[in-house]
Amino acid sequence: MARKYLQIIETAYRATIEEQDDTCVWIAHAMRGGGADIAVLLRGNAVNYGCKGQDASGLAFGEKRQSHPPDLAGDVAGLIGKGVEVYVVEDDCAERGLERSDLVDGLKPVKRAGLAALLAGYDQVWHW
Amino acid sequence: MDKKTLTFVLMDAPYENSRTTTAFRLIDSALRKGHDVKVFAYEGAVALSFARQAQHPNAVHGRDAAQEDHPNPKEWIVALQQAAAQSGSKLEWMNCGLCVDERGVGEVVAGVTRGSPVDLWKWSEASDNTLVIATR
Amino acid sequence: MANYLLIESRDPWESSDTSSWLELAASLAREGNTVSFFLVQNGVLPARRSAKSAGLTALAKAGVEVLADEFSLRERGIDAGRLADGIKVAAIDVVVDQLAAGRKVIWH
Repeated sequence: MARKYLQIIETAYRATIEEQDDTCVWIAHAMRGGGADIAVLLRGNAVNYGCKGQDASGLAFGEKRQSHPPDLAGDVAGLIGKGVEVYVVEDDCAERGLERSDLVDGLKPVKRAGLAALLAGYDQVWHW
Repeated sequence: MDKKTLTFVLMDAPYENSRTTTAFRLIDSALRKGHDVKVFAYEGAVALSFARQAQHPNAVHGRDAAQEDHPNPKEWIVALQQAAAQSGSKLEWMNCGLCVDERGVGEVVAGVTRGSPVDLWKWSEASDNTLVIATR
Repeated sequence: MANYLLIESRDPWESSDTSSWLELAASLAREGNTVSFFLVQNGVLPARRSAKSAGLTALAKAGVEVLADEFSLRERGIDAGRLADGIKVAAIDVVVDQLAAGRKVIWH
């Protein structure tokens, strides 16, 4: 039987403009598209990826304009739309002043104290 | 010794972080123990196998290029490939193809292949265990 | 119950997140899992007895095997005699052995 993978994403906004993506959210999408059974946990600064209203548009260097600024909340919502369970650490949200209404729909909150139990449900835990 | 297949996922570009050295230490240890190893290089780590890395002198220490013998990670990969061949283990090294393209580092040492995240997943499914060493 | 190896490459002076990694290790142990905690790179810096070592000693007392990479210690001039209580020196091979044994191995 195929393994169950938990992809933990913590680092946020690393090269997201150059890549037009968060490459760890992206790889989760790609693996899911290939058939992997994955879930995602957003922790640390990456909880902000669930925040509505992020806008990285408008960058230009000389005449070279960015074609597709990253849409991180959209990509998180996209994972949810593909049936991927996307967890977000409640305590990390609260520490960053993020309220439930700030976040896209469909995120599954988990308390830091509940992470040990969450990890138990996965064969592989990959921390990006 | 119970031979296992272990997959390592690397992300750091060469010369940027001590995670690269630790990763090579782990791969070396696994091969010495007789395990088969698969390495998926993602993002900056695809430059580890770039064939055009070159040594240079070190004027601060008064060493010419030969004396300095500056590490080039591509040599580490080749050395580990040779060590694996000698010990009867297998070392497979795959670069994320899109990461190679955007960095222009397609010229790689022999034996390094290119693939996708789906290949990483298939490798992981075929391995006994996988360790992701992410960048920050 | 499962077996875990949590690898800590960060140090508490550089990253405030090291406390949450200690907390996760302790939590996993409390839930009855077998947990090892492997310090590597700058992660070994708090292994030298200091005000920041207390979390590691407490983790060891909670039943987690706390190990410090021999090479990383030597690289930073940290003698075994200066290690905080509960921390043992170990070779990097431990990580490979625990991967081979099927532990969930997670890098931080």
